[in-house]
Amino acid sequence: MLCDVCKKNEATVHLTQIVENKMQTIDLCEGCSKAKGVDDPTGFSLASLLVGLGVSQEESTASATTPATEPSEELRCGTCGFTAADFKKAGRLGCPDCYQTFAEQLEGLLKTMHKGTKHTGKIPGSHPARDVAEQVRELQTLLEQAVQTEDFERAAVLRDEIKKLKAQPNPVRTA
Amino acid sequence: MTLDSFLASPSDAAKRSGPNDRIVLSSRVRLARNLRGFPFPGWAKKGDRLKSLEIIREAVSGLPQMENAFAEAMDNLNPLDKQILVERHLISREHAAKTVGSGLVISKDESLCVMINEEDHLRMQALRPGLQIRQLWQVMDEFDSALEKKLDLAFNSKLGYLTACPTNVGTGIRVSAMLHLPGLVLAEQVNQIIQAVNKLGFAVRGLYGEGTEALGNVFQVSNQMTLGEGEIEIVERLSKVVAQLIEHEENARQKQIEKSPKTVLNHIGRAYGILANAHSISSKETMNLLSLMRLGIDLGLFPGTDRNLMDELFLITQPAHLQKNYTEKLSAEERDLLRADMLRDRLLKVSRPIPRFPGAEGTTLDKPASP
Ligand SMILES: [Zn+2]
Ligand SMILES: [Zn+2]
Repeated sequence: MLCDVCKKNEATVHLTQIVENKMQTIDLCEGCSKAKGVDDPTGFSLASLLVGLGVSQEESTASATTPATEPSEELRCGTCGFTAADFKKAGRLGCPDCYQTFAEQLEGLLKTMHKGTKHTGKIPGSHPARDVAEQVRELQTLLEQAVQTEDFERAAVLRDEIKKLKAQPNPVRTA
Repeated sequence: MTLDSFLASPSDAAKRSGPNDRIVLSSRVRLARNLRGFPFPGWAKKGDRLKSLEIIREAVSGLPQMENAFAEAMDNLNPLDKQILVERHLISREHAAKTVGSGLVISKDESLCVMINEEDHLRMQALRPGLQIRQLWQVMDEFDSALEKKLDLAFNSKLGYLTACPTNVGTGIRVSAMLHLPGLVLAEQVNQIIQAVNKLGFAVRGLYGEGTEALGNVFQVSNQMTLGEGEIEIVERLSKVVAQLIEHEENARQKQIEKSPKTVLNHIGRAYGILANAHSISSKETMNLLSLMRLGIDLGLFPGTDRNLMDELFLITQPAHLQKNYTEKLSAEERDLLRADMLRDRLLKVSRPIPRFPGAEGTTLDKPASP
């Protein structure tokens, strides 16, 4: 079996991952596995390797409703000058604003790589979205308590409040 | 201060202990963060990298957790120092290859390490022996909250923390545990287990990435997905998986002793024989045999010998740690000779393994394999 990256050497490192019931496999030679950081305990993920090889991208375009991403090849980030072609080559983005520039291309990719496409974790203290997220979290705790004590009336009220908060567009802090 | 005088000696480093460290060698929580308004390190010009390095280094060094820390630019570290840091699991191989415009800050107790301008502007990690994933998340969360007051981080409410690679976007968290699983390897169950863990969305890989045949029977389990799942969920799910792996490993060891005591004794006895008597031995063979000796200690075959000794030997027989003791550059062949000398010397005080498992009577033969 030949290495998926250099297509020259015999592959000795075989990686398999199952993400959302889809099996992804990759075979690497010793040299490429080192070069790709497969031996780096913190840095490596199969998905990132696949990005570099364009595998995930093909998969994601196949599953997305929009057809091939041809015209976007010329797309260029206004902040850092990074292009879609650069992304295909490097598998990394140029700057934080690239997420906006390449939002369309990334959408499908993020869907294949991750559990969801919306951040549900920590929010920096200074971020306006923090207030809402905190409130939602607090209400959710109360909701759980209400359900546990079988206070369903209260649970229904809390559920509505959470729904309302979540539906709000991102509030801008006025202070 | 030189790196050498800063880092704990290998023997002190090996003495650090934590819960479940019989099987869980170490736990780690890493967060990726970036500055708003700067290109990611891989795309940034030297000037931008130097600027972001300076900003981050100052912010990080000012935190109370980093009092008396070791802070250095990567171009001021020689290749040997960098390799030592990799062998101590303090920095990635990728970071070791960095020069101008990258840096690192390591806390006094070596439990926190911040890589500056690796793939992201900030890769900060907390590392501790044994199973301590939950505690490490708290440590990292606190550290990150203190740091975000001093830095303008790239974050948006839909995608979370923005990272150079889309695989890390969202929480930017990578939680991992390094496990010693010789029982599952001997029982030939490890591939099955890896597949099951993969199905849960976690990656399993060897210590040095040799696919499933991990060197020294050491495996790393880590989360893959960083978007659409909160930090606490990830930490909890991984903790549960690791707890299950510990149980499977203990069961596998028990079963192997009952079913094939001679096979297990044979493996461990031979490992000791080679390590204590070889005159040339590669790093790879050393790791695999030390793993079996470590198992032997866990199973009570080396009364009076501490597990720490194995962990120390595991570290000091690695190429950079070995090279450090010599001024002239050693070839791989020379290292194999010197490694064997060191092992013979250090194992002089370790008596050969007792011939049967504690509690077992007489000579027990392996049971024939059941169909
Ligand atoms: Zn290759
Ligand atoms: Zn950009």
